[in-house]
Amino acid sequence: MGKWTRRAFIGAGTLVGGGFVLGIAGVAIAPGRHGIVSADAADKGELTTWITVTPDDLVTILIPHCEMGQGSQTGLAMMAAEEMEADWDRVRIREAPALDAYANAYMLRAFTGDSMPAPVERAVDYGAYRLARWFGTQATGGSLAVRGTGYGMKLAGAAAREMLLAAAAERFGVAVDECRAERSRVTHPWSRQGATFGDLAKAAASMPAPDNPPLKDPDAYTIRRTRKPRFDIPPKVDGSATYGIDFTLPGMLYAAVDIAPVQGGRLVSVDPAPALAMPGVKRVVELDEAVAVVADSYWRARQALAALSPYYDDAGHGEVSSETIFAAFDEALGDAPEMPADAAQVVTADYRVPFLAHATMEPMACTARVEGDRAEVWAGTQDPLNARSAAASALGLDASQVHLTNLMLGGGYGRRLPFCFDYVDLAARIAQAMSPAPVKLVWSRENDIRHGYYRPAAMCRYAGALAADGRPLAVGAHYAGGGDRESLFMPYAIPERRFESRNARHHIREGAWRSVLNSQHGFFKESFIDEMAHAAGRDPYEYRRNLMDEHPRFRAVLDRAAEMAGWGAPLPAGEGRGIAIAESFGSIVAQAAHVAVSPQGGLRVRNVWAAVDCGDVVEPDSAAAQIEGGVVFGLSAALVGEITIAEGRVVESNFHDHQMIRMADAPDVEVAFIRSGERLGGLGEPGVPPVAPAVTNAIYAATGIRVRDLPIKNQRLSRA
Amino acid sequence: MAITLNVNGEPRTVDVEPDTPLLWVLRDTLGLTGTKFGCGIAACGACTVHVDGRAVRTCTVPVSAVEGLAVTTIEGLAADGRLHAVQQAWVDHQVPQCGYCQSGMIMAVSALLAQRPDPSDAHIDAAVTNICRCGTFVRVRRAIHAAARGDAFTGGGAAADGESVASRGAVVDDAGANRDAGTDRNPVANGRAGTNGRAGTSGRAATNGHVATNGGDAASRDAGTNRYTVADGGPAVASGKTEASHG
Repeated sequence: MGKWTRRAFIGAGTLVGGGFVLGIAGVAIAPGRHGIVSADAADKGELTTWITVTPDDLVTILIPHCEMGQGSQTGLAMMAAEEMEADWDRVRIREAPALDAYANAYMLRAFTGDSMPAPVERAVDYGAYRLARWFGTQATGGSLAVRGTGYGMKLAGAAAREMLLAAAAERFGVAVDECRAERSRVTHPWSRQGATFGDLAKAAASMPAPDNPPLKDPDAYTIRRTRKPRFDIPPKVDGSATYGIDFTLPGMLYAAVDIAPVQGGRLVSVDPAPALAMPGVKRVVELDEAVAVVADSYWRARQALAALSPYYDDAGHGEVSSETIFAAFDEALGDAPEMPADAAQVVTADYRVPFLAHATMEPMACTARVEGDRAEVWAGTQDPLNARSAAASALGLDASQVHLTNLMLGGGYGRRLPFCFDYVDLAARIAQAMSPAPVKLVWSRENDIRHGYYRPAAMCRYAGALAADGRPLAVGAHYAGGGDRESLFMPYAIPERRFESRNARHHIREGAWRSVLNSQHGFFKESFIDEMAHAAGRDPYEYRRNLMDEHPRFRAVLDRAAEMAGWGAPLPAGEGRGIAIAESFGSIVAQAAHVAVSPQGGLRVRNVWAAVDCGDVVEPDSAAAQIEGGVVFGLSAALVGEITIAEGRVVESNFHDHQMIRMADAPDVEVAFIRSGERLGGLGEPGVPPVAPAVTNAIYAATGIRVRDLPIKNQRLSRA
Repeated sequence: MAITLNVNGEPRTVDVEPDTPLLWVLRDTLGLTGTKFGCGIAACGACTVHVDGRAVRTCTVPVSAVEGLAVTTIEGLAADGRLHAVQQAWVDHQVPQCGYCQSGMIMAVSALLAQRPDPSDAHIDAAVTNICRCGTFVRVRRAIHAAARGDAFTGGGAAADGESVASRGAVVDDAGANRDAGTDRNPVANGRAGTNGRAGTSGRAATNGHVATNGGDAASRDAGTNRYTVADGGPAVASGKTEASHG
């Protein structure tokens, strides 16, 4: 039924009613630092893709990634459909459910609406188990979906096409290489025979799986590189999309929760009486670190929770503040890196960025039902299997005893990744206390802002040495708050580099925030190269590009952004352009910003131009949307984003004191993709890192004021 | 306490405390979950509906305050099986990303257009203050202008030789030279996912009309919708060479 090829296991089978199902497991791709699958993935057999063709001539593609709005489900389906030569109008997608060998009847129903013959069912069981393993280790994050899973999608589509061609050739009684597949039909032009994929599905299932199905020449693409409306958009404009927070069950109860304000703190005492006296309240649930009120409506639960006065300890962190954290960073950084003695000029600068919250628009929400040794969970997560494990662990169950249904996510940006499932953990424990009633836990915005997994605050002490002619001789930094090879990388010809981590610990909970370490270091390194350029008396764009002989892709991207911005054209007083570039998640992005600063210090970011080399562009419209969104997300952080700590706890609580930019503050954004033909890069995150330095560099050009601490709102830009 | 509401043109009687915010009555009592909870303090706009045609943030409005008034939610915006012009513009411009804020965004925008059919950017900035965390503001603005003009959408520009898509009205060819695509662009009329929206696309070129605030170049104003270009190019990089010289 299936076979191992050099790179993958390709399995196929027949569906009830004459359909065709094809699965691909174990695609070992992307070695080196782009790698997402271990080299022995083929032996482990992680499932990548399922494709079905049914007699109604529909092609259904199972996508093992959740849709957070990046368009990656549509993009992945395009990659498979392209190789398959499917008619895009007859392609449908499904998100793979979170399941393992135990629970996969769900998946069979998803495919067939019925049952499968036993041999195929066993094969699918195996594949579903492997799918579960894939899920368990490969969440949707790291801008990975298209560049990682995409290869499996291509391979699956190509294998399906080869098997459909073989089935057609047998039926037509002709040689397979005389047949061609196009728009979900196989034709034999000489004999004028033809059949639809739907007609051929059953026969295709018994064809041998190809060893190494040929992949299309990109120049022959007819689906990829064209605009394809996303599958997930129609339900998002008429209110019908079901997010985690929207899920309901008959007889469901609602929970509101208050959590120890200092992370690590414990509930010491709470008098439940005031809540229990309020209408609709079922119970006050005391947990180690929180207290929840469960009621027959969410509003009643919230109201009753507000009537409580829980007392928590502070886990010994009551003296910690943003000031003490940055003072500890400052001390840990020590002196700036030593620079060569023969330098004509040494430049130094300190930069600081604050903690940031993800603040997804959908507050954390999770519904759970616990009955005996079984539990069901419904939530929007970036990693369904790890979320399931979090629920199992909270309940003292094995993961196989928990079934999790992943729902649409109202924003992720890293908040719903593994190790960030506190909301699932809480919901599971509350539901256990209320067993067997199902309980939906909905976080308040205050819960969300104060109990995040924050983008780490960071501080960086840079030094750079210049020769008499302005050439950089050395650059280095001591940095606190994290850093890695990718985030510290500078694409410039600088002979000596001296980077060193000097961390100082604190208790604030941290996590991956859209673009991860690049959000801090993009700002640090691209501010500093700008400062070196100005110290050298050079134009900061020219200075950068002249140092890029070894990195022509970076130079092409930088040039494109400068060209879009009209770099060098005169501007009125108080206006300026800035530029910055960073590679993250396999994509190189340069951004140029145009700002205007009033004499009173009012800042307006008018335009951001982004040039992007992500190898190739699968679907250009959603690719551009990801960069536009990254620019706005990064700009919001740069201008106004800040989580501050006092008395060990987060000060901000809701959108009145944790600001986001809105329409009036959003610049016009224009995006240009350069198709270098290099390996596919990600798009969800790489738009973020360059925007903060592009803007602060533009502010410097406009005013001579160098912003080294974010957010910019805290800086005085007035020249009066 | 029984309260009778008029929601999406139908009378609905609910038995809740009169100070319950309209948001939770819509979501939890009436099951209209298209209206979203974002902040609870009327700061983000995710919960926006129309009350007698005006945009109202329902998370702070007691249900008793809207008794006898006409409440329209996102579920009631489409009429006679046709999407509202704002919803259609949202599909055309592929505005939503995660989509969670978009019900409120669409309700705020449709209320604005009902009052002011052709709003300026300043009007938009003042009236549409909803938070979108994914950062769709750029498309929201373009879609508002398109909806205001009743423009058909041409699908984002030309697909020259099946490859290059440029929605600012310029196609960048392999040699990197800009050539004006003008009005001879072929609309990309490929599958609209079949689940919504108008069938096919108009051949009429949509003019974007969003005036770049810096008085950007003419090409940025002339046409198209979403603004991006795709071009082959970049440097001649030896095959197989990757940017791996980190550190």
